[in-house]
Amino acid sequence: METATLVEKMQEILGPEGVISEREQLRTYECDGLMSYRVVPRIVVLPETAGQLQRIVQTCHDEGIPFVARGSGTGLSGGALPHEEGVLIALARMREILEVDIPNQRVIVEPGVVNLWVTQEVAPEGYYFAPDPSSQLVCSIGGTVAENSGGAHCLKYGFTTNHVTALEVVLPDGEVVHLGSKAPDTPGYDLVGAFVGSEGTLGIATKVTLRIVRQPETVKTLLAAFPSPDEAGAAVSEIIAGGIIPSAAEIMDSLSIQAAEMAVHAGYPEGTGGILIVELDGPQAEVDHQFDEVVRICEENHATEVRVARDEEERVVLWKGRKAALAAMGRISHDCYLQDSVVPRTALSDVLKKIAALSDEWGLRVANFFHAGDGNLHPLVLYDERIEGESEKAHELAGAIVLACLEYGGSITGEHGVGEDKKHYMPKMFTDDDMNTMQLLRCAFDPHGLANPGKVFPTPRLCGEVPGPYKVHPLQKAGMAEMF
Amino acid sequence: MSVSEVVQVSVEDLKNIVGEEHAREAKESDAVDGVTPSFVVEPGTVEEASAVMKLAHEKGLRVTPRGSGTKIGWGNPPSEVDLVVSTARLNKILEHAAGDLVARVEAGVKLEDLQKELSGANQMLALDPPEASATVGGIVAANASGPRRLRYGTVRDLLIGITVVLPNGTVAKAGGKVVKNVAGYDLGKLFTGSLGTLGLIVETTWRLHPVAAASRTVVVEVESPAAAGATVQSLMHSTLVPTMIEVNRPGSDGGGTVAVLIEGIGPGVMAQAVSALEITRHHGTPRVLEGREVETFWDDALKSPWDGDGVGLKVNALPAELPNVLELVSDAAGRNGVTSRVTGHAATGVTLVGLSGGDEEGQAATVQELRDIVGSGEGSVVVVQGSPELKRKVDAWGPVGDALTLMRRVKGRFDPGGLMNPGRFVGGI
Repeated sequence: METATLVEKMQEILGPEGVISEREQLRTYECDGLMSYRVVPRIVVLPETAGQLQRIVQTCHDEGIPFVARGSGTGLSGGALPHEEGVLIALARMREILEVDIPNQRVIVEPGVVNLWVTQEVAPEGYYFAPDPSSQLVCSIGGTVAENSGGAHCLKYGFTTNHVTALEVVLPDGEVVHLGSKAPDTPGYDLVGAFVGSEGTLGIATKVTLRIVRQPETVKTLLAAFPSPDEAGAAVSEIIAGGIIPSAAEIMDSLSIQAAEMAVHAGYPEGTGGILIVELDGPQAEVDHQFDEVVRICEENHATEVRVARDEEERVVLWKGRKAALAAMGRISHDCYLQDSVVPRTALSDVLKKIAALSDEWGLRVANFFHAGDGNLHPLVLYDERIEGESEKAHELAGAIVLACLEYGGSITGEHGVGEDKKHYMPKMFTDDDMNTMQLLRCAFDPHGLANPGKVFPTPRLCGEVPGPYKVHPLQKAGMAEMF
Repeated sequence: MSVSEVVQVSVEDLKNIVGEEHAREAKESDAVDGVTPSFVVEPGTVEEASAVMKLAHEKGLRVTPRGSGTKIGWGNPPSEVDLVVSTARLNKILEHAAGDLVARVEAGVKLEDLQKELSGANQMLALDPPEASATVGGIVAANASGPRRLRYGTVRDLLIGITVVLPNGTVAKAGGKVVKNVAGYDLGKLFTGSLGTLGLIVETTWRLHPVAAASRTVVVEVESPAAAGATVQSLMHSTLVPTMIEVNRPGSDGGGTVAVLIEGIGPGVMAQAVSALEITRHHGTPRVLEGREVETFWDDALKSPWDGDGVGLKVNALPAELPNVLELVSDAAGRNGVTSRVTGHAATGVTLVGLSGGDEEGQAATVQELRDIVGSGEGSVVVVQGSPELKRKVDAWGPVGDALTLMRRVKGRFDPGGLMNPGRFVGGI
């Protein structure tokens, strides 16, 4: 289909203000939070209702045009990277909170609703939405669902997939289906579980039913300074081995500390090689007791200083540096490349040593700030793209780090998703049989490979469908036949 | 498929794969909901399991995977079964990484054996379905759960990795050994509750939890379903973190109990128990159980509300609907000449109903009436135990809505020959 005709068709659905086709305007959408990949989409559409979204997808399907959904564009794996032949569907205008059901601890929202809005909506009733990626001020629920986002507090409360009970989805053929329910244990396959974290490759959610969590009676936070991240890691292992599951356990190394200090003046103890932030929440008596334990464990593991937040204001100060760490890297490096590998918690210390060795070998600095409780490293390779060959070197080093994590039984991504960025690592973690089996699911949802094609898997699996633009079989169109 | 085609496979073919002692002709006790298979085979390794599945695929044998067989009566009666693939010999605990709170086990490991092993490190898999002898693979396939789901969730929240054998013998894995992992599709969730219709689960990896040091039980006597509902709501919206909130209504009239289990450290659980007394006393008569009565109480309260030959229903509704569900059950049962007994994981919305007395007509009508009301909104009514005759009158699962076509497409991709547990799942899958 000619782009002019496509624009016309989309304008029929959305009106002129809902379609973007000017090249300069399209460039606003050429990347997501991972800016090293850029593709200008053919057009961008901005639906306001589920009905419009359904018609957009139906049109794409009937014409065999690929489409990519985008929430707030904060993703860090290129999951919302546009397709050059395709339609980019931006969901920013579908941002209504549709239902708040406190007695049943559920909230139903449209995909463009910002993550933090959910918590803000239910906070007066004593509730919050647990998954809290660092981008929660701007990231959308649709994106949170697509990426199965985590955050600092998922160690105790789980990831997005543990907090979604139902979805309304527009399938890649334009059909609308309802998966799961507000109630538990819906009979049938757990397609909600299959959809969450599928990175936009199985369809587009138009309504998301979220589980909300009761705010704890109390929250206590401490910051401990250590000579190096090693001792901090040992402390975390001991805390968890002691039967304490903190709501967060974050570590920063000296490079991260240095950057954070320069950016937000968090006032961390000077000369510190590793900082550990531990947060406990729950019933008062329980937290008080466990908190004393945590302080003791930190001291035994050679903490040089332990700071305890006495109120919410002090708690925010303790977190300030950690939350700013990624953005602060610009202070100490021209460019940086972020990874998201995971290792078993007990391997943290070994892996950090390995990363340091690799860093020396490649001659590039690597900063580490990470979710220590669940072994989710965020190694950040620092480089300067103005120096010839350094960008390639940085990507090679990042790759070597990912492989090192896999050697210890880890994963290539803990919360950012595979997207465009990490799909070439997938064969290091999974066999062809594994990936082909996963793609059976893709074939069931999207036999023509129109939803976010080219992401997650390095090689798309053919679904046994006739290639070329998809034409609906007349019998099927007349509702007389079903396609399996 | 006709008998003559099935006969193309002999027990010798199976013995060639798994060894002389591990394949045999089926007996009547191997029947799956009244359907007797031809053979039973027990592969001892993933490779053997793959070879068995490949053979079944080539010969067109209909396969029912079986663990301990505790839930072999779940779902609808199968249309046909030729081969039962038992995971009894896939019973190795492969790895317990205590420091990482992770365990990797073969599918045929019994939950009770796993818990025993984990308890050495003061850890547990936080799943407590009523059948202690169930295997972990069977628990995943049936998505079985128990009262602890309030605090720890269900299989989908604890399973972090899975290895399956597809109907054509392909061995595939998803997830991994780390709790936080978003690489690739989450096939673990797809297989959870799929009742053996997509493939054979051979290996599972789990997130573990520490065993709590202390516990307290608060029992609230309530006079009516409304009071039970109010008690549960008051606890749900408090800052208490109970492990279980269980409702018990032994008869069709009057009230019952709401029981709360609080776990944690000594001083913590006492403080929470005192809060629970305070919170619930407006709705009933609460007290903290002491000494031996704790065990006696829970032994009784957690008993299945149906007996061996009774009918068991699992009603999945919104937690705030609890009073309505309790009233509905007793009303519908009463109208149809059946006696009901109810327990349930109240704060999660899961209610278990045992029906006894009456005939299959009355039981079926009760199920149908519950479905008309519970299933018309958000919720479902599943027959988890019932005679094949009852399940011919009412589908075991009930309607599943507009996702059924998509579910059939998923089934079609994973099991194009329709060989895995045909007919037992939703919508005739």
